[in-house]
Amino acid sequence: MSETLLTILIVVGILLAILSSAALLIWLERRMLGFWQDRLGPNRIGPFGIFQPLADVVKIFFKEDWIPPFASKRIFVIAPGISMFTILLSFSVIPFTSTIHVAEMNIGILFFLAMTSLGSYSVVLAGWSSNNKYSLLGAMRGASQMLTYEVFMGLSLMGVVMMSNSFNLETVVKAQQGLWFFIPQFPGFVIFLIAGISVIHRLPFDIPESESELVAGYHSEYSGMKFGMFFVGEYVGIIMVSAMIVTLFFGGWLGPHFLPPFIWFSIKTLVFVLFFILLRASLPRPRYDQLLAYGWKVLLPLTLLNLLILGAILLA
Amino acid sequence: MFSILRTMWVAFTHMFRKKLTVEYPEEKIPLPPRYRGRIILSRDPDGGERCVGCYLCAAACPVDCISLQATEDENGRRYPSFFRINFSRCIFCGLCEEACPTYAIQLTPDVELSEYKRNNMVYEKEDLLIQGQGKYHGYNYYKVSGMAIGGKGKGEAQHEDAPIDLKTLLP
Repeated sequence: MSETLLTILIVVGILLAILSSAALLIWLERRMLGFWQDRLGPNRIGPFGIFQPLADVVKIFFKEDWIPPFASKRIFVIAPGISMFTILLSFSVIPFTSTIHVAEMNIGILFFLAMTSLGSYSVVLAGWSSNNKYSLLGAMRGASQMLTYEVFMGLSLMGVVMMSNSFNLETVVKAQQGLWFFIPQFPGFVIFLIAGISVIHRLPFDIPESESELVAGYHSEYSGMKFGMFFVGEYVGIIMVSAMIVTLFFGGWLGPHFLPPFIWFSIKTLVFVLFFILLRASLPRPRYDQLLAYGWKVLLPLTLLNLLILGAILLA
Repeated sequence: MFSILRTMWVAFTHMFRKKLTVEYPEEKIPLPPRYRGRIILSRDPDGGERCVGCYLCAAACPVDCISLQATEDENGRRYPSFFRINFSRCIFCGLCEEACPTYAIQLTPDVELSEYKRNNMVYEKEDLLIQGQGKYHGYNYYKVSGMAIGGKGKGEAQHEDAPIDLKTLLP
């Protein structure tokens, strides 16, 4: 078998695995939310209700795919694509094991940051092209949120970069052989976690969507599979940020030898996915100006302080 | 900050609590006997229909879902020739049961009334009439009331004296 064929197989395999686990995540989230609210969640279709996403997908496929006559049509169609595309692309730099990865990039972390920043275009464009007040409000909030997290997210990762001397995610994982970075870089980990929640617009920072005030925020006007793309994009985003946290702070595929590396990676990622769902089950949403103030007045100085201390230690 | 972590911990512990969900088709909540569900027509202890066709239930019904036609048998006993309840209209308010002077119409704790066709929600008299006495046992309207029917003249009902002859002076 040639080298290229193997690469293509890995790429297709990763794509399918991510999309199917995102579908499974829909079921997992509903089930876990149920458990944490003293309910049972969907448990009818298949064993433990595991085929629920299948029913959801069939339903959403047969829905009318309606484009509002007042919408700006071309942008309206492109916007959900951007959200899926950027999030799937940022998966390409994540090393699942030392052999399974799409692209080993020297600028892996920067690529990830770039792709997540591009993702906010989908929010802004979707809200703007919908030509709807609520959507536009959601889009503006999305933009303001992006201005918040973008600042400290990049800086919170610089501690990891300084300790491993590389932007390459594989090198970062290998540098954690002795000690996972979340112990020396605990502030960086917490700040990146908060930034990660904002990146994928999950509760408690689902400010662009805020169902309770903005209908569904920037995707109020979307229906059918275009809505489905935003939906799946959100769940892929959860997996992506969890995988990123695991890679950067929890030693990626590293772990005791009785389990294969890929299983270690999956288990660690699953823990963070469950953590994101727990966040949704327990925390209320702050106002968007509160998030802005929190980001700029608290988290940004903290990140800079963290970098300063780490720099001093590394130089000493 | 601490309260946020505590909130998350409390939410997590709920995973191990007893679930409130009742998995409906498999397990059901026991409904109290006076629950206002499907309407029935009951019979008296001797097996005769209790309904005397007085139309009070139809008059009391706020959504006009009851329709009936009163008639009389050869003994002078009144009964409905047809009795029809449209359950797709019924709001299960129980006013018909309150209005009924003979305990004939009663609401039962049965709520599983789903049908695939709307017409099947219209219940005729044979669907409504049950064999038993429902919630009120031992009551027979014609044995209590002073109305004369075949086999029972004036003054023969329970707790009733014989009629006074107004034409005589003797006590």
